[in-house]
Amino acid sequence: MNALDLARWQFGITTVYHFLFVPLTIGTSMLTAVMQTAWFRTGDEKWLKATKFFGKLFLINFALGVVTGIVQEFQFGMAWSDYSRFVGDIFGAPLAVEALASFFLESTFLGLWIFGWDRLPRGLHLATIWAAAFGTMLSAYFILAANSFMQHPDGYVINPVTKRAELTSFGAVLTQNTTVATFAHVISSAFLVSGVAIVGVSLWLIMKGKSVDAMRSTLKLGAIVAIVAGLLVMYTGDVQAKIMVKQQPMKMAAAEAVYKTAENVPFSLVTVGSLDGSEAYWALDIPGLTSFLATGSWTGPESTVQGINDLQAEYEKKFGPGNYAPYVPLAFWAFRAMIGLGGLGVLFAIFALWITRKGRVPSKAWIRLMSSIALLVPLVGISAGWIFTEMGRQPWIVYGLMKTENGVSPTMSSFTVGLSLVVFTLLYGALAVIEVGLLVRAVKIGPPETVELMDADDANNGQTLTFSY
Amino acid sequence: MTHDQLAIIWFVLIAVLWCGYFVLEGFDFGVGILLPFIGKNEAERRTVVSTLGPVWDGNEVWLLTAGGATFAAFSLWYATLFSGFYLALLLILVALIIRGVAFEFRSKRGTAAAPNWRRNWDAAIFVGSFLPALLWGVAFANIVAGVPLEMQNGNSEFTGNLFTLLNPYALLGGLVTLGLFTTHGAIFLALKTEGDIRTRANKLAGQIGLVTAVLAVAFGLWTQLAHSNNTAASVVVLVLVVLAWVGALGANRMGREGWAFIASAATMVFVVVFLFTCLYPNVMPSSTNADATLTVQNAANSQYTLTIMTWVAVILTPVVLVYQSWTYWVFRRRLSPSQIPDPEHGSLDLPHEVSA
Repeated sequence: MNALDLARWQFGITTVYHFLFVPLTIGTSMLTAVMQTAWFRTGDEKWLKATKFFGKLFLINFALGVVTGIVQEFQFGMAWSDYSRFVGDIFGAPLAVEALASFFLESTFLGLWIFGWDRLPRGLHLATIWAAAFGTMLSAYFILAANSFMQHPDGYVINPVTKRAELTSFGAVLTQNTTVATFAHVISSAFLVSGVAIVGVSLWLIMKGKSVDAMRSTLKLGAIVAIVAGLLVMYTGDVQAKIMVKQQPMKMAAAEAVYKTAENVPFSLVTVGSLDGSEAYWALDIPGLTSFLATGSWTGPESTVQGINDLQAEYEKKFGPGNYAPYVPLAFWAFRAMIGLGGLGVLFAIFALWITRKGRVPSKAWIRLMSSIALLVPLVGISAGWIFTEMGRQPWIVYGLMKTENGVSPTMSSFTVGLSLVVFTLLYGALAVIEVGLLVRAVKIGPPETVELMDADDANNGQTLTFSY
Repeated sequence: MTHDQLAIIWFVLIAVLWCGYFVLEGFDFGVGILLPFIGKNEAERRTVVSTLGPVWDGNEVWLLTAGGATFAAFSLWYATLFSGFYLALLLILVALIIRGVAFEFRSKRGTAAAPNWRRNWDAAIFVGSFLPALLWGVAFANIVAGVPLEMQNGNSEFTGNLFTLLNPYALLGGLVTLGLFTTHGAIFLALKTEGDIRTRANKLAGQIGLVTAVLAVAFGLWTQLAHSNNTAASVVVLVLVVLAWVGALGANRMGREGWAFIASAATMVFVVVFLFTCLYPNVMPSSTNADATLTVQNAANSQYTLTIMTWVAVILTPVVLVYQSWTYWVFRRRLSPSQIPDPEHGSLDLPHEVSA
């Protein structure tokens, strides 16, 4: 493998890994804030237990999200220096604003929340988790604005002297429809993932007979969030798909493996094709659905979906010779994994509500097994969604402006990037094992039986710390 | 404002971000380095780590903001620097990863249930603090002294390797930041703890601070004589560095911990100001080809981007400073080992593991 391939693997591995923690951070921080608010408003101790318990899980997860996030900001310059030079005038701004506006907010207020239980008045302490949760969402907004520029460049000109892209409208970068639709889709997916995670953990503990009262409430909360988020994921996904058809028709064609431009295009649930994906042998289809998803019409001229071959010919004319299609089997299957696994997550939430209705406690081993792995289903789904988004954009790093192969650092040897790829992969693998081990322990221990809280006056007078590292 | 002025403003703002980083994560690194030496038992070690607990993550964001601001304001500097210093940055990243995770995870398991758990994380905290404390000095020394840069395809590219960066001058710079941060951390610990830790930290600050003073003067003079582009200004800042450090060590000796911390924080600020003063108007000079030198002007991004970012920075930085300072106020109280309940116990030990 050459330096380019290794750099791409490194970016893929470190980004997918980082993004395992991101949706859980976004969703769980806010849901923990909701639980604490419920305790603050009602004084019911079950919500305090739930807050402490899910807060603990959230923080174990957050630790890895933070440290793997540093790599993300650094590797644009380290491994993709020509990309950084080309788009830095635009891409750097949301990254810097993200750090200044949201990373400070999340990290500072989480520190206050973790250690501030007995240091701050209860209302103020509650405000800290809301501030941190708001920070995580704000962070998502800025990084998705940066990513949306790569999907659909807007608000820029190419400087004729330097040949670099220059920002002309920061407002366009932040508010173009690609950014807004992507943000809505990613945030609702994050809540779907977190809702399912909370349902899975709550159901497991209900079946274990631990803190049943609190876990019934959190199961309901998680399930409602997952179901509502699931509907929003569908809606926002549909909006995003229609934008994508206009802005990146090749990506949609690859997602559906549509080779020839046609009307009334079916949606294939399963396709068996040649290995390079250029030919389909057999498929199980729903007639017209692809056309409907892409255009809003089932049949007729307005249901026309452009095919890969026709787009390829068009792009060759526009950009010169080259392959302008992404790797079709990956786009095709990642697209299906995203939709299918997300849907399964919602079904699990409904199922969990049903089997625990009116105080029922399920006892079957397979249900317990399902509850313990439920989280993985939408989590793999949301990862598949990102793999589709990024791989579907190939061969471009910035759609229509710069190819991925032209963005890599020219001075970076394959040894250098190969070394860092091995180091990150091994380190991340080891940390994953440790993190999963701690999460499993935290769930096994379950919510605290009793929670003692000191008030701020006692704490400041030198009593024992309720929390320390 | 003109593009030239905006570029200078951003050079200054990036220096400000590095000041924040050296002051805040500087003592973080110092505390991490001192952890195995200053904490004699679990209660003490947990006290030491807990002084950083609520703040280390917020402190590290200064680095992310400095990185992001360099990307946003000087993309060409960001690209050449980060791709050129690839392996050094890889080491720093690995260090920061294991260190951050270690803070969060070390007290999850107890000494009885998992005998090696805390020892391993303590090693991670030490290595993860030691390496960046050394390497930031190496990196900045190389930036100020210049590294081999050549024009390739219209871009200024680094033509050396990791060992190019490990030259005697840069290694001396690394030892200086290592010593400064370690002393700064000891002074912070003396300010934030009670009892034996406080006494030990106070003593260590005096000893390490003295050694550091010798190294820092040697490095400062070398830099002043060989690498300063603005000798008149930089010599003034160098005097301020020395005065602040003398003040820090003097106050530490007298047991005036608050003043000692303020003075050592001021030293960190003056050190960054000194380096940036020597550097200006360059951001990354070439030691081999003057045409490849990156300057404040030729590496700066567009006027529009710099204007937008200036507004963002002017509005948000004071807000950040207010709430981050408030955190330090909330957690102003000194910690002592007696406040750590059940220090050997891990918060995620299962019941049967503890009784066994």
